[in-house]
Amino acid sequence: MLIRRVRDGEHELFYDLIRPYERRVYAAALAILRNETDAEDVAQEAILKAFKHIRQFRAEARFSTWLIQITVNEARMRRRKAHANIMEPIADRQDEEGNYTPRDFADWREIPSETLERNEIRQKLAEALAGLGQIYREVFVLRDMQQLSIEETAKALGISTASVKTRLLRARLMLRDLLAPGLGGAWSMTGKLSFVKGTKPW
Amino acid sequence: MVVNCEEVWREVSNYLDGEVDPTLRVVIDEHIRGCKRCTAVLDGTRNVIQLYGDERMLEVPLGYSQRLHRRLDQSMPGNRRSFLGWMVAAAAACLVFGTIEVARSFSGPELRSEHAQLGTGVPPNMMVVVAEDGKLFHLAACTLIHEKNHNKLRTVTAAEASREGYTPCVRCLKKYLEHA
Repeated sequence: MLIRRVRDGEHELFYDLIRPYERRVYAAALAILRNETDAEDVAQEAILKAFKHIRQFRAEARFSTWLIQITVNEARMRRRKAHANIMEPIADRQDEEGNYTPRDFADWREIPSETLERNEIRQKLAEALAGLGQIYREVFVLRDMQQLSIEETAKALGISTASVKTRLLRARLMLRDLLAPGLGGAWSMTGKLSFVKGTKPW
Repeated sequence: MVVNCEEVWREVSNYLDGEVDPTLRVVIDEHIRGCKRCTAVLDGTRNVIQLYGDERMLEVPLGYSQRLHRRLDQSMPGNRRSFLGWMVAAAAACLVFGTIEVARSFSGPELRSEHAQLGTGVPPNMMVVVAEDGKLFHLAACTLIHEKNHNKLRTVTAAEASREGYTPCVRCLKKYLEHA
């Protein structure tokens, strides 16, 4: 097992160990920090920390979950330092109790995967994600982009599985509301993008 | 058992994750068949999961991996990897240097700038970035690259960049040029 060999002193194997997760670590940091430079710095810090503390890794967890957990902690610490005197956006203080009602019922049946070849579509998706409140963005990124299970997401974020499910439902519905009008037709392959920055339907 | 739209929306996420019990699933399926609004919500939410779950949504900045590995190199105990890396780099440098010298004896590389100097101190296997319409090669983190057109950037080894007539950026590769 690669981890055991790294622990036993074959340190250069650590590069092979982390290679599959490099992008995911960056994405997790970016989800929390929303700043590319900070996200890269935190991703490096997290991976260095994982290397230094590799002996503390317990085999009952997945290495990726452990690594993401370190990244989340590092990013949150960085965010706390940077935002110590700044008020949280309203979206971050949203009450997660109560039901979320979808606002848009545009028929959005099929999205060809080639859509993602377009830079502006990826950009719009990234903007929509960045517009979510912190607690929803964290859960969505870990669960739907990093493909962590509900339990792993809960563990990485230090919250209950019930909270993960509630936040995930809201995150998915909010993103759908935001993207459905555009991806339902207005962002056709030749059409102009109709997304208005800063407009949140929730 | 019957469910209304609000109850369906509450379960959309669990439904898509396969986490509703079979009885409820059947009831939801029945409701969705006759409800355009819930069909739109379900299809749209499924699309959101599919789009964001695509690998292409996990983009990283240019040179991210190289910078990460460089930082790891510095933190490795005894810098073993760095030492090995430098050994390989030194061997490659000898090889490339020899090749360049032989090639130069026939015809010297055509530099993209007539004022430029060849950077013989730059490790030849180091990954660098070149712009199609530029004259210099840079480290990926160099701020001077960002002024250029990103669509025309390529990552190559320093040896390849030299062979193509690019010369080292005096800002980001300064330390190699001073030792040269």
